[in-house]
Amino acid sequence: MHYALLKTFFKIGLFTLGGGYAMIPLIEAEVVDKHHWVSKEEFMDLIAISQSCPGVFAINISIFIGYKLRKIGGALAAALGTALPSFLIILLIAMFFHRFQDNPVVASIFRGIRPAVVALIAVPTFNLARSAKITWVNCWIPIASALLIWLMGVSPIYIIILAGLGGWAYGRIIKPTA
Amino acid sequence: MDIALIYLELFWTFFLIGLFGFGGGYGMLSLIQTKVVPAWMTTGQFTDIVAISQMTPGPVGINTATYCGYMAIHNDPAGYGEAWALLGSFIATFALVLPSLILMIIIAKLFLKYMKTPTVQSVFTGLRPAVVGLLAAATLLLCNKENFSTPSTDLWQFSISVALFIATFIGTKVYHINPIKMIVMAGFAGLLLLY
Repeated sequence: MHYALLKTFFKIGLFTLGGGYAMIPLIEAEVVDKHHWVSKEEFMDLIAISQSCPGVFAINISIFIGYKLRKIGGALAAALGTALPSFLIILLIAMFFHRFQDNPVVASIFRGIRPAVVALIAVPTFNLARSAKITWVNCWIPIASALLIWLMGVSPIYIIILAGLGGWAYGRIIKPTA
Repeated sequence: MDIALIYLELFWTFFLIGLFGFGGGYGMLSLIQTKVVPAWMTTGQFTDIVAISQMTPGPVGINTATYCGYMAIHNDPAGYGEAWALLGSFIATFALVLPSLILMIIIAKLFLKYMKTPTVQSVFTGLRPAVVGLLAAATLLLCNKENFSTPSTDLWQFSISVALFIATFIGTKVYHINPIKMIVMAGFAGLLLLY
């Protein structure tokens, strides 16, 4: 069982490009349809919880499923399976890339890639803004957070803590829910 | 710096990133960047790492942590070998996963029923918009001369960079072109125009 968890999540880690949300269909196919480890409904709940928790999304899901099946040993096996392909592949690249990074051909390729990568990080900002239901009322929160980090050098950790406390206080004092 | 100290710092840094990294791999980027640049690498090197992390399989957060752990040791002026850098990779990746492991097990064991309470929900009404800000900050932090050059140092490279930025943005946002395909094409454009 531990081995099955390790193997399945290794496969998931190895065959998903782009990470995060791109992994959901493959994880679902493996753990719901193929192995019947969790039901479709449970899987949907798992996704919602894993998304709201800090940390790497795919790792959170794998820990949850591993723990549900085989407690802490299962959680460890599933997390290891998900992380291992990344770890090995990146290590291999890291060991060789620095030998080529000063090569003029490689350097010119990365001069083209760098601005594209910045754009690829800009796009999910807008997608996330939509799913986080940013309106005229709360749009000051992302703007202020971004400016504090960018211009003032404030650590994102403080922003996260403040935002969580702020949300809590808002729900408690200003708009108490039943 | 003493290597044991770097390992300790790597562990603590990536543990904090795992603990406060809301919003998945991309949400974590500004957190990772403000921690590792300029202490362990340049913005340019960090951007290259993000590019490689996106192009290789697996979660972007794990890929980035593994790579940053390697570079932190590799870039150290004391000149540590590959084996030490490998250990750095392992420590960074392990430290990133550890908070998830602890938190998810606690939640699965005790708090599953509390996840939908109004208190938890109201915390998230504050967190969600802030994570959007974190992502925006990651973008803004990367908009610098190492990634784009400047009009005064190299007008040609700056113009090409801005054009590639706009093309990639529109390509993925409007036309939903696969991001990896966009990276490959941008690399090809770089080879042709910026060699």
